[in-house]
Formats: sequence, C-alpha cells, structure tokens
Amino acid sequence: MAIAFYILAFLSILGGVLMVTRKNPLSSAFSLILSLVAVAGLFAMLLAEFIFILQILVYAGAIMVLVIFTIMLLNLKREEIRETPVGKFQVVFLIIVCAACAFGFIEIFSDIPAADVATAEDFGSIEQVGRLMLGDYLFPFEVISVLLLVAIVGVVLLAKRVI
Amino acid sequence: MDYLIIILKALFIWIVPLIFLLVLIWVERKGSSFIQDRTGPNRAAIAGVRLAGLVHLIADVVKLLWKEMMIPAGVNRLFFMIAPFIGFTFVLLSFAVIPWADTLVVAGREIPMQLATLNVGVLFILAITSLEVYGAVLAGWASNNKFALLGGLRSTAQMISYEIPLGLAIVGIFMTFETVQLNEIVRGQGELLWGFLPKWGVVVQPLGFILFLTAAFAEANRNPFDLPEGESEIVAGFHTEYSGMRFALFYMTEYVAIVLMAAIIATLYFGGWQVPWMTTEKLVAHASIVRSVLFATFGVGAAVFAWWMWVFTKRVRGRFGDMREKEGIVLGVPCAIAAVVLLYLLFRYYGAQPSEAGAGVVALVSQTVMFLVKMAFFCWFFIWVRWSLPRFRYDQLMRLGWKTMIPLSFVNIFVTGLVILLISR
Repeated sequence: MAIAFYILAFLSILGGVLMVTRKNPLSSAFSLILSLVAVAGLFAMLLAEFIFILQILVYAGAIMVLVIFTIMLLNLKREEIRETPVGKFQVVFLIIVCAACAFGFIEIFSDIPAADVATAEDFGSIEQVGRLMLGDYLFPFEVISVLLLVAIVGVVLLAKRVI
Repeated sequence: MDYLIIILKALFIWIVPLIFLLVLIWVERKGSSFIQDRTGPNRAAIAGVRLAGLVHLIADVVKLLWKEMMIPAGVNRLFFMIAPFIGFTFVLLSFAVIPWADTLVVAGREIPMQLATLNVGVLFILAITSLEVYGAVLAGWASNNKFALLGGLRSTAQMISYEIPLGLAIVGIFMTFETVQLNEIVRGQGELLWGFLPKWGVVVQPLGFILFLTAAFAEANRNPFDLPEGESEIVAGFHTEYSGMRFALFYMTEYVAIVLMAAIIATLYFGGWQVPWMTTEKLVAHASIVRSVLFATFGVGAAVFAWWMWVFTKRVRGRFGDMREKEGIVLGVPCAIAAVVLLYLLFRYYGAQPSEAGAGVVALVSQTVMFLVKMAFFCWFFIWVRWSLPRFRYDQLMRLGWKTMIPLSFVNIFVTGLVILLISR
C-alpha cells in the first residue's frame, strides 16, 4: 500500500511542478489534470470513494475542460505568454528549499498518526457527504449556489460586448 | 486463484467489446445499406469466399495497419500522439463496472461478475465519460488545422453539455432503486410490479429513459449528434489529420463508445442481465430445464442457419462459376456440426440434474446471453437511428441540451420524488 501512496504522491507533485514550469499553457493544463487525478487516487486510498469520483468527475472532468476551452479559444501560443523565464538554477534552489522545509515540518510535527487509522469508517461515502451537505451544512450549500449564480451573471455582464 | 479470476474477468471485458466492435463495423455497413435499399460492401474476398462483407473487416485492418501515419508540420507531437490513446483508454475502462451476470456462488465463494465492484458504481462511468472529452479536445487542438480545432471545440462543448442530462436522468434511477451500485440496480429490476410487469428501468422511468438515450447518442458523438465529425461540414472534424493506426484508434473509440452506451442503457433501463420473470434463484432451481432450453435454442438456431446455407448453395449452383458457390458450404458446415453437437448434448443430458456449481454456471450463461442480446439490440438501435435521422445544427444541439433536456430531467427528478413519497405513505 505504501508504494501506491508514493507513486500517487510523486505524480501529484510532478503534475504541480510541471504545471508551473511548462511554457505551453496546454501542457500546464494537462499537468494539472495529472495532479488532480493523482490526488483523486489519494482520496481513493483513504477509502473515500465518493470524493474520489467527484474529484475526477467535477474537477478533472468539468472544470479543467472549461479551462482548456478558454486556453484554446484565446489561442494562447508559446511566444505570447513568455515572460522572464525561470532559470534552472533557481528551480533547483527552490526544490531544495521546499524539500528542506518539508523535512523540517515532519521533524517538528512528528506525532501525526499513521495513514491507515486516520479516517472514520464511512469517511467520504455518498451517504455521509449527502447527510452533511443537505443536513448540517444546508444553508452554506444554498448560499454557495446563489454565489455561483451571481458569478455567472457577473461574467456574462462583464464579457458582454457592447453592440 | 483470485488473480486467475481477475484475469479472466479482465479478459472478458476486454474481448467482448472488441468482438462487438468488429461485428458492429460490419453491421453498420450492411445495416446502413439495408436501410438505404442497397447491397453494401460485398466484394472483398478470401480465395473467392466473400462472407457477405465480413472480409472487409480484414481488408480494413490491413489497410489501416499499413497506411502511413503522417504527422503534419507544426503540431505539438506529444499531444498529437497521445490524443487517440486517451479516448480509447477511457472508453474501454468504463466497462470495468458493468455486470454481465449475477454473482456466481460456487464452492462457498461469491464471485461478482463485474471487474470492479465499486461502491459508487454508475458514478465511475460518469466520471470516465467526462474524461473522454480530452481525447477529442487534444486531437482537435494538436492538429494545427482550423477545421480540426473547430471540430474539437464543438465536440467538447457537445459532450460537456450533454453530460448534465446524462447524469440527471440517472438520478431518477438512483431514487427508484435506492442504490448507486450497478449490480444492485440490476437486481432491483428483477422485482415484479403489480405481479406481472418486471420493474425494468424503462417501465419506472420512461422519461428518464428517453433523456438518457438522447444524451447517450450525444456522448458517443453519434448521429444525430455527430457534428464534431460531420463529414459533410468540416471534413472529418477533430480526426482530420490522423491517418493509419491513429485514425483506427479514433474509429474504434467511436464504436466502443456505442457498445458502452448500449451496455449502460441495457443495464440501467432494460434489466441488464435479468432474464424476464426469472430471478437467479429460479434459474438455479430449474437449472436442468434452463440448460435444455439453452442447448435447444442454440442447436435449433445453428440448424436453421445451416439449412439456410444449404438452400442458398442449391440456389446459386452454377451461377457464378467460381468459389462464391462454395460460400454456403464454408459457413454451413461448421454450423451444421455445431447444431449436431448441441442437439446431441441436449438429448444426452436431458433431465439430468446438474450439480450445485453446474446450476450456477447455467444461470450465469443464460444471464450473460440475455445481457449480450440486449446490448446487441441497442447497438443495432444506434445504427438504425444514425441512418434514419439528419444531423443537428450546432445551435439546435445546444438549445436541445440546455433548454430542453435539463429542465425535463429536473421535472423527471421531481416527479420521481413525488411518486416515491406518495407510494411510501
């Protein structure tokens, strides 16, 4: 089981690193998709099957499609978005600093329990998510839908061309 | 032993859709020609034997294998090469959760007849379908071709627009059968309403069935929703620049998507592997009769086919003067042998009680046959509709998806909830 975790974690980090280092915006988008699917795999490892499916269905399947749509419609090419590129030295330095911080944190907070006992029995199952969403957190749920409606109306208003 | 079972199941769901794919290509050509009142391709032959156009499949494979796989100038090579694989992988992956028979209970262990018994069942298929979009998107973008880009964008827009009614139509099924897992949904369809009507999805959710059927056509990029590959409008849409084996992958993706949608429709709305009016327990209890029926059906079917071939051979004797006259013998003799074997088995084992495991296997086989028959019917339905209806225009398509089908699916959910509430009182 540990090997699955290491592979999935490596893929998600790799996706993130690739996303910020690619020059082609579409490559960045697909690296993000890779990272999201790997995180979904991590959810599956915690036996939160509904969240795993939702991550793929909503995040990697719908939101990223819209992001890719935007990139294609704006027709961003490599040259158009090139700014001062990040040098290789800087990338290596950043990676070393991040790794050092990560190890430092692990040393400080070393009493985190092991992964396989950290979650409850029905963590992330459909029933539990449904109960929480429509029971305890009903009001935030409805407010979020109103918020999304406001966002959609705002986008249409902002992007509407004055004819 | 567990690994062996997993490998066998994986082989089953790998081979069966591919066999359906091959047969479907042939049925599409012959079926379309049948609908259009013409003969269809019947020229390709092996040593003079034409097999009514089946040899065209081999000719297709040979051509696609040996055609030059061109990569146009100025494309992003990585995306161009990955795009066909993404579509095909995800469409084949969705078969993992489709049950083709009830759980087999043999030697004290239960073997579920799906490759992955996920707790989230149908949502897995929805998730994987939403990832299939990337195949078309990438192909359109990476082709460095305006028509392909248009086709890719249209395909994306269409597929994500129709994912919503696809999902919402299934919500009615979730509410009726109170579960998300596919095997439980199929099992729930075995109950009888009012004593005689099997509780199939199409009976309890007629509007949901129509919505899901339409959305399934849109998801498979299939006429009347095949604007992304509208041959008469934007050349070939997102797979314009692909040739050879890469195009073959797109072609196969389309047909495996048809098979997948047919399988899902059969599973959710038409009782899946349920033999009407016969639950698994009844099948196991009457196993000897069921086995006799199976042998009789296949034996008589093979005998009828062999007789037909014999009549055909007699009729065309002397007409062609070459190997075509022997076609009937090529097809008829194996069928006659199969008929003889099956009828012999029928009479030999007539009335003999099968063992516990044998009864389970008989139930398994009959349920699998039922499932494959339903799947085949819906594959034919897809082909039938393709050659009957004209294509939607892009704005008509979008209007249908967003303004008609989504409100209708909400109405479906509301009415389903109302009915369930009233019934449970």
